[in-house]
Amino acid sequence: MSAPRTLFDKLWDSHVITTREDGESLLWVDRHFVHEGSHHAFRNLDARGEKLAEPGLTFGVADHYVPTRGRPAIPDDEIAGMVDRLSANAGKHGFRLFDIADPAQGIVHVVGPEQGLTLPGLLIVCGDSHTSTHGAFGAYAFGIGASEVAHVLMTQTLWQKKPKRMRITVAGRLGPHISAKDLALHVIRTIGADGARGAAVEYAGEAISALSMEGRLTLCNMSIEGGARCAMVAPDEVTFAWVRGRPYAPKGAALDFAIAAWRELTTDPGATFDREVALNAADIAPLVTWGVSPEDALAITAQAPDPAAEVDPARAKYLAEALNYMGLSPGQNLETVVVDRVFIGSCTNARIEDLRAAAGVLKGRKAKVPGLVSPGSTLVKKQAEVEGLDRIFIEAGLIWADSGCSMCVGMNGDLVSAGERCASTTNRNFRGRQGKDARTHLMSPAMVAAAAVTGRLTDVRKLG
Amino acid sequence: MDKFTTLSAPACPLGLENVDTDQLIPARFMSRPRSAGYGRFLLHDLRFDEAGTSKGFVLDTRYSTAKIMVARRNFGTGSSREAAVYALWDFGIRCVIAPSFGDIFASNAVKNGLLPATVTPEDAEALLQRLGEVDQPITVDLEAQTITSGNFQCGFVIDPVRRLQLLNGWDDLDLTRRHTDEIATFRAARLGAEPWVMPVTE
Ligand code: SF4
Repeated sequence: MSAPRTLFDKLWDSHVITTREDGESLLWVDRHFVHEGSHHAFRNLDARGEKLAEPGLTFGVADHYVPTRGRPAIPDDEIAGMVDRLSANAGKHGFRLFDIADPAQGIVHVVGPEQGLTLPGLLIVCGDSHTSTHGAFGAYAFGIGASEVAHVLMTQTLWQKKPKRMRITVAGRLGPHISAKDLALHVIRTIGADGARGAAVEYAGEAISALSMEGRLTLCNMSIEGGARCAMVAPDEVTFAWVRGRPYAPKGAALDFAIAAWRELTTDPGATFDREVALNAADIAPLVTWGVSPEDALAITAQAPDPAAEVDPARAKYLAEALNYMGLSPGQNLETVVVDRVFIGSCTNARIEDLRAAAGVLKGRKAKVPGLVSPGSTLVKKQAEVEGLDRIFIEAGLIWADSGCSMCVGMNGDLVSAGERCASTTNRNFRGRQGKDARTHLMSPAMVAAAAVTGRLTDVRKLG
Repeated sequence: MDKFTTLSAPACPLGLENVDTDQLIPARFMSRPRSAGYGRFLLHDLRFDEAGTSKGFVLDTRYSTAKIMVARRNFGTGSSREAAVYALWDFGIRCVIAPSFGDIFASNAVKNGLLPATVTPEDAEALLQRLGEVDQPITVDLEAQTITSGNFQCGFVIDPVRRLQLLNGWDDLDLTRRHTDEIATFRAARLGAEPWVMPVTE
């Protein structure tokens, strides 16, 4: 009998083409997603006069630059150029593109799972760090840079060194109104923004098994903010139920055959990890970030930190600068922080379940501040409209927009103005992420909806 | 790819932690062609105001000729944008010294010939303090894995494979092309065993 292996070991082993003496392995890539930002890599391909190795395994999505209103017109020439360049590359190299007018267009990390392109056991890469999202299916999925994108385009392979294996086990169940986003922020604040640096993280435990597919996607999505190379959840009945009937997924007997193979994708009893972290779901309150790194997360009932109470001078300086950027006073009660706008969107939290959670809070209420709701995909948008969620958002006073990365990164012009404070369902509260000098507070969709209702950071549990 | 062996050059102390890639190059510049140079976009919003006027940030004053940067933990965290490395490179930076790096950033750096040198937090603090006091070139020796500044010396860590790539200026593609037959064999076996790898088309 072979030695017990972790889920990640199995994923790794099934993709190794060859291993060099120095330990680097050449891995086979099953899925390659590209987007408008992949233009550097295509230029590299053209400069070398190479052709795309596997058009059938390459999929393009227009998401980073597409406007979320007034489509399909793109008034800004530079942005239109980015979207057109992707279409031109798709035409030239012959891969399937979900372009701005496609009924299945959306954010790449929402579209892949939705279309059944993301499947258990696959190695999936994309020139975007949140590719870790797809690991929710028990896939080996990670973000790569432009040089690596070019390498995959030309060879459908990548050189990698086997990452360290880390398991995060979450016992118990999440409380009412506590979501996968809170769990993700709790993990990051516990281990730190570089706590899982370079590691392949497997999530396990009762709280994880109890998560929906949407919740698992949110959790794996945010893992990169803890420094992880990739993250994963072993596939189970929840996973198989999701895959069934998706356009690009296997069907009928082929699906049964696939599911039988996917059931093997678990960590064997007795397999060991390089590092184990144990958390308890009962310890998790609704969280918000107060600072400029996702690790700067605190319970909504807490106070902003006080640099004067910090013994380490470098840490005190960090806290003071972050508070200053965020316009908060030391020790300020987080529930007194007044917001200027809200954003519900991004590959982290714009799936149907997220929109339902936000709409559940907003139903019959008015937002005190302006806000934008951008569904994770055009199909999510349609589903939400079937359920009447769009009416709830619009009647609350928010803008119901089309799908794209939108205000998560602001490349399409959906920006938070300088000095403005935004309660956001996105994944990064870095300085300037949502716009120059914009102030971002990360939280769950329900918490963003609560902030919209009161105009300040609010404990959603109190709104009932 | 350019080789990296040793470098003696002015160094800029950037006493910040979690310098993420959104700060290294704000997203709004990433649609620009590389041919125009990305150096001006490096840490753009720390350096320039709304009107594009210099705020007198150290990179534009005392350290405008720096080829080395020293920072605190988790440098290059965040997005996979290789443009963050282009901005550093086009500005003239060839080596960043920090106690830890964003994983994808470090990989992107090496692929462009830029050395991410990992030092202990104590050594990073010592270097930051020295540079704050006196302008002194730093010598980074990749062969010996040492950093020297005046009478201060410390070691640094880098993955051995990345070290060799930098020392030799190796390009991944050349290496991969030697395995073309193995790739073809692997592909056939994988698609045979797990046919769903090739998506069914509607
Ligand atoms: S929504 Fe944000 S995090 Fe997700 S792919 Fe788009 S830019 Fe990246």
